[in-house]
Amino acid sequence: MKNEFSFIGKRLPKIDAPEKLTGEAIYIQDLKRPKMLYGKIKRSEYSHALIKNIDISKALKVAGVKALLTRDTNPAKNFKIGFMKDNPIIKSDKVRQYRDEVAAVAAISEDVAEEAISLIKVEYEPIESVFDPFEAMKDGAPSIHDFDSNGKPIKNNTLPVKWKFEHNNIEEYMKKSKYIVEGRYETSWAHHCCMGTTGVIAEFDHQNNLTVYMPTQIPNLAQNDFTDLLHSLALKDKNVRVVTPTIGGAFGNKLDTHCYEHIAVILAWMSKKPVKILFDRTEEFIAMAPRQPSVITISHGCDANGKLTFRKADAILDNGAYTSWGATTPSVMFVPMSSLYRVPAVAFQAKCIYTNNIYSQAFRGYGNPQATFAIESSIDELATKIGIDPIEFRLLNANETGDTTPMGLQISSCGLKECINTVKKELDWDKKRVKNRGVGIAALIHVGGAARIYRSDGHGMILRLDDFGKVYIYTGATEIGQGSETVISQTVSEILGVFPEDIKIIRHDTDICPWDVGTHASRQMYVSCKAAIRCSTEAKNKILEYATLFMKDEVIKKNRENKNFKGDLLHLLSIKDELDIKNRSIFLKRSSEEIDYHIPLDKILRRIHFRGSKDGNMIVTETFFEPDTDMLNPTKSKGNISETYVFAAHGVEVEIDDETGEVKILKFVAAHDVGKAMNPMLLEGQIYGGVMQGIGFALYEQMILQNGKIMNPDLLDYKVPTFMDTPEINIKLIEKGDPLGPFGAKGIGEIGLIPVAPAIGNAIKNAVGVRINSLPFTCEKLMYKICEEKK
Amino acid sequence: MKKISFRLNGESVECYIEENQFLIDILRDNFQLTGTKEGCGMGECGACTVIVDKLNINSCLYPAIEIEGKDVTTIEGVAKNGQLSEIQRAFLENGAVQCGFCTPGMVLSTKAFIDELSDNYKNISKDDIKKALSGNICRCTGYLQIIESVKNLIEKRNSAIQTGD
Repeated sequence: MKNEFSFIGKRLPKIDAPEKLTGEAIYIQDLKRPKMLYGKIKRSEYSHALIKNIDISKALKVAGVKALLTRDTNPAKNFKIGFMKDNPIIKSDKVRQYRDEVAAVAAISEDVAEEAISLIKVEYEPIESVFDPFEAMKDGAPSIHDFDSNGKPIKNNTLPVKWKFEHNNIEEYMKKSKYIVEGRYETSWAHHCCMGTTGVIAEFDHQNNLTVYMPTQIPNLAQNDFTDLLHSLALKDKNVRVVTPTIGGAFGNKLDTHCYEHIAVILAWMSKKPVKILFDRTEEFIAMAPRQPSVITISHGCDANGKLTFRKADAILDNGAYTSWGATTPSVMFVPMSSLYRVPAVAFQAKCIYTNNIYSQAFRGYGNPQATFAIESSIDELATKIGIDPIEFRLLNANETGDTTPMGLQISSCGLKECINTVKKELDWDKKRVKNRGVGIAALIHVGGAARIYRSDGHGMILRLDDFGKVYIYTGATEIGQGSETVISQTVSEILGVFPEDIKIIRHDTDICPWDVGTHASRQMYVSCKAAIRCSTEAKNKILEYATLFMKDEVIKKNRENKNFKGDLLHLLSIKDELDIKNRSIFLKRSSEEIDYHIPLDKILRRIHFRGSKDGNMIVTETFFEPDTDMLNPTKSKGNISETYVFAAHGVEVEIDDETGEVKILKFVAAHDVGKAMNPMLLEGQIYGGVMQGIGFALYEQMILQNGKIMNPDLLDYKVPTFMDTPEINIKLIEKGDPLGPFGAKGIGEIGLIPVAPAIGNAIKNAVGVRINSLPFTCEKLMYKICEEKK
Repeated sequence: MKKISFRLNGESVECYIEENQFLIDILRDNFQLTGTKEGCGMGECGACTVIVDKLNINSCLYPAIEIEGKDVTTIEGVAKNGQLSEIQRAFLENGAVQCGFCTPGMVLSTKAFIDELSDNYKNISKDDIKKALSGNICRCTGYLQIIESVKNLIEKRNSAIQTGD
């Protein structure tokens, strides 16, 4: 591979920024279809209740109502969604959470739909609820689901998915430990708060094929879900097309299909008209699934020299009333639990518990933020106990390139030690600090080369060149603001010798674009660019192969008037390896200065088209890149689930106001082992954004649920960080190059968020000597602890 | 229904409104200016920011009836002749755009701030920029590259003025 890049590693602006800067980008809010109706959903008023009766008589009389969906009118009665297929899209016998969908209306306007919804009368018989997962696990707790998706009775509220990992005999290693610490760490519901609320338009054509316009991270899995729904509607041979408008933020919030999308499809089917459902901010808070809360009990041990001996952790995750991908986040928790630092013996298990709370999802980091909060808080406690500086303690146990971890993760490149040392230097770690100031560090490991949590982790791509040297990339990648389009363009330009402005990315339409599992797990850049390297390398080889037929001709023509032209290199022009493409030209690598051996790419492309071989040829290449990884072994929970892994360390200096409990961040250092920065500007954007969401998670954000009901469903009472909360964030990139990553790059989408909370928690402890074990670190909690300590 | 007239992105316009309508609905529905985004409908997020007589306001809270005779700038009025404005270019070049939903409001708050300074850029600190934009929430960028964009823009203008002197 070339050392000097033309486009890779450059701070190129995002391709889609101009349309977003001018207000031209079309979001679901802006999309209308001819004859479109508006849908509204009636939601449960109880956390757990039997539905006795639904009276729609008054609603039916409202002029302009075109379809009314309840359990009685539902044409897809047995259809359920969710990881365990436990979520009926319109509830029939009972409701299990406040947000449950009991009825829906499609009408000629939002106001009419709203009025009709208000006139639907639902009679409930409340039954006992359970909101605490520990209570829900007990015998005799109210049963959330009586039967599973196969109709078998369910015995208790614990999800029947075993998340268990063991490596070496933990008891033995506990005995070998000189120092042991144990702690319990809790995290709360955190909401994605995408600035663009979600919505959907569903539409059938005359052949009953379905088109769904929806902001989603998983167009192909959504296509799968809607195909299942069509089967339930007895529409078996029909096509589903998912079209994704510009997405106003995602972060995991659009990783699954949800009831409202399926409701829109059914309303469209019932009314034979396009139906749009658009959430307002309150509904977004109430009806989109947040990051699930966790309670993690963790213990660590080390020997007399500070070498880690074991890690033992039990996680209880409040799943809420139904399953989404939140129920599978322990699969990614395995990564830090088994593999952050060199730990000889590990035992980790996680249980997801049904409760009558809102159901949960993944949110940037997929379980890793919760796990790393527990691990890195506990590691600091252990370092304190043995009396080793937290930085030295981490360096002593850090992972190294070439390690195979207890989970079987193969560490193809690791810059963890460099990251930790960078934090030490940038934060001036050893400096004496005044009262109430302190420093903290936390590190992370995360998947950086895709993540096989679904049976295919692949990415499909087609590349096509036209007669004018323009390149069309048909990709399964979803652009959620992170910049996948831009890095794909950089990759193709680099290899094909064209410019990013020559490239058109065609995406977000399942009728046109090949399959991709979705934008999640920090995987999109990694898989798309690997695919782009393959597609463009193959295209380049084809072009050069054909070019050998025409170059001689063209060069002679071009130099007809040139007196210096003797034609001594002409024989090389029919040898493919002597040719290359750069700056939109095909040229002889050994070109001399006097003779012009450059022929415009588009000219050669036209010759290939019209006179290629006998009948003319087109340059089209395609690939399906499937990472060379393992599906988790279901009994042992082991396997190399990603091609490569990223590491980072965050360091923070805080000042605590010991009269208010306010945490002020004075300095923030984010040192990241990224392999290679494909586009440093976009990469920094991902880290800045992740860190600020991490600061929110650490200090401010919590959905307050009272008996299952969200008490703060708005941006005033659910506080996301604002401009006023931004500290200076000092990003340091460690670029050692990964042997497997595209141009050496690793995935970086989620990692900015992951270690923020424990780094701040450790700094608070360092500053005022108290540890808060539950997120967020609110002023109240901190003041309470400080006062308790003073007693 | 009531008829109102006002200036919209430099043109005189009129339309019929209901007296309880908000400015955002007039812009999006009557004039198809969908660049103005509704993020919360409660004045909390700033995505719907437009400029009314030099002031950045939340159009989701602004009664349409109040707009009579006033001058409104939406995001569609910022780029001129298909060319991005200086502010938009600064956002582009400094990575200030990710999902883009907050971007129109962010650009307009920046415009109101910059215009109000009327070439008086000395001693403008990052804190001043933060305060000026504090009514606009962004969930993607973590704000840093937006602050950087505005800072770079101010520095550029400032040095242009000094060279001009």
